Amino acid sequence: MLKKITNIGDCGITCDFGDEVNKNTNKEVIKLFKFIQESVNTRKLKGILNFTPSYNKLIINFELGQIKSQEIIEFIKSSDYSKINLPENKKIVEIPICYDEEFALDIQRLETKTKLNFREIVSKHLETNFFVYMIGFVPGQPFLGDLNKILYHDRLDTPRVKINKGSVGIVEKFCTIYTFESPGGWNIIGRTPFELFNINKKDTSILSPGDTIKFKSISKKEFGSFKNE
Amino acid sequence: MNNYFKVLRAGINSTFQDLGRFGLQHLGIVASGCMDQLTFCISNKLVGNKISEGALEFAYQGPLIELMGETALMAISGKVNFNIIKKNGETIKGKPNESFLISNGDKIDILSTINSAYGYLSIFGGFKIEEIKGSVSTLVKAKIGPNNGDKLKVGDKIFFNKSYKTDKLKKIQFDFDKDNIIRVMKGLQIHYFSKKSQEDFFSKEYKVTKLTDRMGMRLEGQKLENTVNKNIKSEGITKGSIQIPGDGQPIILLTDHPTIGGYPKIANVITADYDKLVQKTPGTIIKFKLVDLSVAENAFQDYVRKF
Repeated sequence: MLKKITNIGDCGITCDFGDEVNKNTNKEVIKLFKFIQESVNTRKLKGILNFTPSYNKLIINFELGQIKSQEIIEFIKSSDYSKINLPENKKIVEIPICYDEEFALDIQRLETKTKLNFREIVSKHLETNFFVYMIGFVPGQPFLGDLNKILYHDRLDTPRVKINKGSVGIVEKFCTIYTFESPGGWNIIGRTPFELFNINKKDTSILSPGDTIKFKSISKKEFGSFKNE
Repeated sequence: MNNYFKVLRAGINSTFQDLGRFGLQHLGIVASGCMDQLTFCISNKLVGNKISEGALEFAYQGPLIELMGETALMAISGKVNFNIIKKNGETIKGKPNESFLISNGDKIDILSTINSAYGYLSIFGGFKIEEIKGSVSTLVKAKIGPNNGDKLKVGDKIFFNKSYKTDKLKKIQFDFDKDNIIRVMKGLQIHYFSKKSQEDFFSKEYKVTKLTDRMGMRLEGQKLENTVNKNIKSEGITKGSIQIPGDGQPIILLTDHPTIGGYPKIANVITADYDKLVQKTPGTIIKFKLVDLSVAENAFQDYVRKF
């Protein structure tokens, strides 16, 4: 449920859905996100520059010369977006992942901590249908959940200076895929050759908030010969 | 005929920018765009372009470029020290905020911005640069934008459309706001900070540090005490948000900010004072003044009148 709407400076508002980070809260955020996206596309709402969902909030940025925050707040309050049906049975995006030791930098530590063997960790990761909570920080980077509880793990004490593009990492109940080479503190368990983000394509990002994905294990040989369409 | 500029020196951070690339922040793509919107628009106005036409933004030291081709009508906006070096070797002191003509073999040498960070170079008819998702803005960290999403490099060629125009040269009287008061509104997590820290933030002086770029401006001053939680659940970021990480020193998130972030925010810079803020150079002492939404909206009305 939308708990409150607050101004962020003079050209933004935040719609707060409460402090819980879980799928149900996030689905409410995504409903409002889809509703705003639709309203912008059909020009029912003008002057909107960006709308960014996160775990439990939707932030809307607008052009101050075009619209004021009060108008957007009234627009949201007078609409029935919560009745939107998110397509539950939508196609699941399959993402190849290679768990080869060259890529799975932190699996050994996870084995010690979880007392599971490599094969068991991989199967726990593969069995999950991941929900895309949000995308961002850098272009195309998805934040996925929820992991099987047994795989919950803290962030690295000392973040790595460089994590390769395509690396798949886990922290707490979340899983992420690094879409750019960057520093990072997540536990790396594999790598995907699949290009999630390409600014030159019509569909810039394969994933969108609210999507569902499942990982599919591939060998190192398949990783090497994988071609992005 | 292919008209272009040869880049002889790139400058510190020279990128093509326009007013930004919007509607993609939910995919992790920040709007980016010019840092100082008013100064950017003035350079386009000077040459008779639409104000949103892509221009070359430079920071501190700008590029040295040589024109190969037909005469072009150009302008540099901001407070900028630059020379025009004629083909015959004669050096003419450039005048910012006035349009000028330059011819084949002439060079523009942008030496430095004066007590400010950013300046803009515009050309009548625009640069021939590739639009990506509706914008020519460059986001270097994600390699998005013209020139392969990168800063200008020595040896690059900057092509432009036919640019000669016999219009009278234009001049726009213009200066930056000299005061160092930045007006802000309360941030989403202001209550995370002790009463004393809230008072400190709105009354004490903060220094702009060298750790300042298109992504953010790090400040140094009275440490701010977070009494609730040093991290929050990651949430969408708005340009001009002032976040306080664990060390208690403010970071103002600027035009190329990350799209989401997990530090509490104490305040947000109002739109009318954003251009003034980004022009502040390292070492400048600034102070924040708390205002409410109606003040910010009225200030915006005064700000847009300058365009």
